[in-house]
Formats: sequence, C-alpha cells, structure tokens
Amino acid sequence: MSLYNIFNVSGSGMSAQSVRLNTTASNIANANSVSSSVDETYRARHPVFAAEMDKALGTQSSTSVNVLGIVESDAPLKIEYSPNHPMADKDGYVYKPNVNVVEEMANMISASRSYQTNVQVADAAKTMLSKTLQMGQR
Amino acid sequence: MAISLDKAFGIHQHALLVRSERAEVLASNIANADTPGYKSKDLNFADALANAQKQSGNSMKKTHEKHYDLSINVNSSSQFRNPIQPDTGDGNSVDVQVERNLFMQNSMEYQTSLRFLNGKIQALNKALNGGQ
Repeated sequence: MSLYNIFNVSGSGMSAQSVRLNTTASNIANANSVSSSVDETYRARHPVFAAEMDKALGTQSSTSVNVLGIVESDAPLKIEYSPNHPMADKDGYVYKPNVNVVEEMANMISASRSYQTNVQVADAAKTMLSKTLQMGQR
Repeated sequence: MAISLDKAFGIHQHALLVRSERAEVLASNIANADTPGYKSKDLNFADALANAQKQSGNSMKKTHEKHYDLSINVNSSSQFRNPIQPDTGDGNSVDVQVERNLFMQNSMEYQTSLRFLNGKIQALNKALNGGQ
C-alpha cells in the first residue's frame, strides 16, 4: 500500500529538516564565539541533503531524503584587530566565526516551513488512510 | 443480472490505486524540496490508470503454478515535470507551492473515488438486504 510509504518519505524529510534546524541553531548560538587562532575558531556548519538514489532508480515511486553529512563552511573567518580583548593573539587579533547570521535566519525559516509542509503531507496521508479504513461502513 | 464482484466497483478501485501511488510521488517531491539535483516527478494519470486496469484485469487468474504473479506497477508512467521557473543553481526543479496544491488536489480526488466506492458498496448492501 503506497500510502504507508508516504509516512516514510515525509518522515525522512522531517528528520532531514530537523538536522538542518539543528545546525542553524548551533551556527547562530556560536555566531559570536571568538577565539585566538584560525584553527580553533568555530565555522558555520551546513548539512548536505541527497535523494536516496537506490530507491529512485528502482521500481518504487517514493524517494526519501538522506543527510549525507555535515560540512563546515570554507568562507574566510572574520579577523578583528582588538589588542585589549582577553582572547587576542600576540599580534592583537581575535578570530570570529564565518557565520552569516542573516543567512542562518533565512535558513531557519526555510527549514521550519519545509518541516511543517512535511507534517501536513503526513497528516493528509493519515486522513486518506483512515477514510480508506472506514470504506464500506455505515 | 448476475453481480460480478470483479466488476462491481468499476473504475474506482483502479483510480484509488493510481491516486495513492501519485500521492506517494508528490510526497517524495515535497520531502526533497531542498535536495540539490532532485528533479520533480509526477505520474501520467491516463497511462497509469490504463496500466492499473490492464494489469489487475487478469491478475486473479493463475491457473498453473508456473504462471507469473502479476503485481500492479503503475510506476512505469512516472515522468519528470517541466519546471515553470528557471534553475536556482542547485539543479533542483521542485516548486513546493505547485507540489502542495497538487498533493491536496490529489488527496481530494482520492476521497472522491472513495466516496464513489462507498456508494457502490452501499448499493450492493442494499441489494443483499433486499432494501430492508
């Protein structure tokens, strides 16, 4: 029964979007975490989504979402000259994360909307299934 | 008039099957709305319905143990959708608004088919009870 597969598909979508929301929360929370060297600085994290190709190529019509992994952004860090900062290195620089807060906010809205859409799809599938179960009853 | 239980429900049982299949395809599109490189898909409804009818028409008759078990597969009529907006750069062609509307429409059509089936079942029930 293909209606049952909808729960798997939209469930995978929901978990993928919650991973995305998780990284966004982590990025925003660490947007101002300064450090005293390039290596220690927090870098923006983003999940990589992929369609599950084995199912897409097979006979099944459903394609769930797969989170391949989480990558760290390669964007340049923000280096600030503030010799009075307690975390400043010997030259007087502090290193700030490469998190773009505006971008992260847009990401957050997009992820939460996508999550809601998947919930609505699962809800509609549930209505269709329960109506089907009541078929022929008076 | 003999009541043939195979034909009693007409086209609606096949329509129900195809619509549930289509709901699955559209749900996949919505779930993959943010997946890079994913192309939006849909069923060719006429083809899928014809396919479902043809296959389930003789699925009941297995008179020999070497006969193939015909499973219903309407997926062969799944096609990629023509995007109505230019590529945003990640190769994804899903328009969530379009897919949502189609999913809701498909869900209503599914319930319409279900309503027709319920009518057929009630008619059969009435005939069996002699209108009592």
